[in-house]
Amino acid sequence: MSDPMRIRAQAQGDKTTVRVLVSHEMESGQRKDATGKTVPAWFIQNISATHHGKVVMNAQWGPAVSKNPFLQFSFRGGKAGDKVAVSWVDNRGDKRTDEAVIS
Amino acid sequence: MERRHFLATSSGATALVLAASAGLVPAHAQNAPGWNKAAFDSKTLAEVAKALGATSAPVESKDLILQAPEIAENGSVVRVGAESNIAGTTQLALVVEKNPSALAALFDIPAGTDPNVSTNLKMGQSSNVYALAKAGDKFFYAVKEVKVTLGGCGG
Repeated sequence: MSDPMRIRAQAQGDKTTVRVLVSHEMESGQRKDATGKTVPAWFIQNISATHHGKVVMNAQWGPAVSKNPFLQFSFRGGKAGDKVAVSWVDNRGDKRTDEAVIS
Repeated sequence: MERRHFLATSSGATALVLAASAGLVPAHAQNAPGWNKAAFDSKTLAEVAKALGATSAPVESKDLILQAPEIAENGSVVRVGAESNIAGTTQLALVVEKNPSALAALFDIPAGTDPNVSTNLKMGQSSNVYALAKAGDKFFYAVKEVKVTLGGCGG
């Protein structure tokens, strides 16, 4: 099981800015290990965020996204006290969902 | 699901099975549903746009702002952002021309979400970085060259 994401959601007027730090290896599939064998790609393919059940962000990622990925986006309609849920799925089928309260 | 996507995913699955039997990929490796393999296999901006459904070449636009450093000291973490002031932007993509797969990240922008995203990317070498935006059925791009002093792919 992977480590929890760090999510910060801040409302300013009508606009809520969400910053997410995911804990994930994001192996590119380009690297070789000490014996010269290619390390298989292992990366998050889909990450999405919902607010009150409505999808506010849906992204597809390739292996070129950095290790322990960062994502920032903003949406309208959130207010302090609301919850934002972020979920990801990687190419091994592992998944994780975390929630944060908008401040 | 569109037929093209289905075909792309299923052929990807076959390739993975072959790779798994060759011992290259753990047997449980699989693509997430809806992951646009064709787009992520593309090598150029034009191919990416095509895989996303463009019928004509993307047009450079001043209303699309690409935030990227001029010089990245460490290619394994390069902060890249895209902001679109084009009305009706529904999709944003970040493309690194000289990476093994050009498309790095693809963002759907639902109504109510600002077409303004940023994330960290890996860059193998100095390259042009593109932001690609889809508005209606048209595609727009912005470009910036990022010089990398230390690569992020490979050992």
